[in-house]
Amino acid sequence: MIPGSFNYHRPASVADAVKLLVDLGEDARPLAGGHSLVPMMKLRLATPAHLIDLHGIAALKGISRNGNNLVIGAMTTQHELLASDEVAKSMPILHEAALLIADPQVRYRGTIGGNVANGDPGNDMPALMMTLGASYRLEGAGGARDIAAADFYQGAYFTALEPGEILTSISVPVPAAGHGYAYEKLKRKVGDYATAAAAVVLTMSGGKVATCAIGLTNVHETPLLAADAAKAVIGTSLDAATLKKAAAAASAIMAPAADARGPVEYRKHVGGIMVTRALQRAASRAK
Amino acid sequence: MAKTHVTMKVNGAEVEGLVEPRTLLVHFIRENLQLTGTHIGCETTHCGACTVDIDGMSVKSCTMFAVQAQGSDITTIEGMANADGTLSALQEGFRMMHGLQCGFCTPGMIVRAHRLLKENPSPSEPEIRMGISGNICRCTGYQNIVKAIQYASAKINGVEFQEAAE
Repeated sequence: MIPGSFNYHRPASVADAVKLLVDLGEDARPLAGGHSLVPMMKLRLATPAHLIDLHGIAALKGISRNGNNLVIGAMTTQHELLASDEVAKSMPILHEAALLIADPQVRYRGTIGGNVANGDPGNDMPALMMTLGASYRLEGAGGARDIAAADFYQGAYFTALEPGEILTSISVPVPAAGHGYAYEKLKRKVGDYATAAAAVVLTMSGGKVATCAIGLTNVHETPLLAADAAKAVIGTSLDAATLKKAAAAASAIMAPAADARGPVEYRKHVGGIMVTRALQRAASRAK
Repeated sequence: MAKTHVTMKVNGAEVEGLVEPRTLLVHFIRENLQLTGTHIGCETTHCGACTVDIDGMSVKSCTMFAVQAQGSDITTIEGMANADGTLSALQEGFRMMHGLQCGFCTPGMIVRAHRLLKENPSPSEPEIRMGISGNICRCTGYQNIVKAIQYASAKINGVEFQEAAE
């Protein structure tokens, strides 16, 4: 399988990349790791006339600490996230989730920017970014703007990214010291997208849940924040009745597609189980 | 479509060629360079048969364009033997442990395991299995591939390989 013909551009700065995107219009696509776009091009499901390869832009790489936030360049690969001591120490859920993405080879190329910007409901990072309260920096001809991850996703492959804009970095607030976390992902095999997955970040105080955020992957056309489920566990010790209530509240907002991963009812059912497991594991890790 | 001139280092040698932007790296390696050890399996980024080592990363060369490899340093299965032509520890491991049957996945397995052992010279069995989880073998059930990598790990670390009892 060979993609259709296209022109290849390799700008050295964000400004040049934006200019190319604006000048070339809707026939142009930015190319990050390429591990979603290139397979789509080989199947001729994507036929961009111009590819704007972002690999030449050094400013899009790297992980840095800015006050209480981790700022992650869009072209930072999953492999680089996994190799980062800062991520492992201050945001271990990011490490845990990155390990569940695709396979080692794909992680050497796949980027966090591509993962969150593509709008694929199967991608793992979007729900995680919503759970962590992250924001995305978008840069276009008119300058830069920041948007909350929770406001970014509009539908499958539809996002708040305007034509001519590039997602350049992600700013993630570092969770409180002693927080508990878990990313539970049910998948059929290594490399598969989630049948259903849940991200939980919580803090405990005196044996009870003090704060909690829950995100859901691949159970709706967009990633979801399960706000009612999170609310249901606050102030509880995560007893059996509470866990059941939280799972039911999370399942109630799920609207997965029926596909090879299972019928709707099954995916909602296991989605609830992922929420339960993530809550329990997160609580066991909280200090 | 206008062709682009690319240069890169492959198995220690400077190479060049004219490619269309849409030419996948695996086709450049197999057709332009005539290095056919790198295989094309699934063409959908799943099977790992096309894995090559690029600037210290294991990459599926069917999912990268040749123009993107401009200036990079690539090692393929043809570059895996020791400098004197003898088998590397990994190649010897695959031979001694019967780590292949039909052999189709083997180039990708060895190139991937090469990077795995560079990053972690003493991987546990689960680490080996996760480390090669982007490579699919349809013959062996992976048992002997894992043993082959354990053999190579032992040899690299200068210890005798002890096969675990089954």
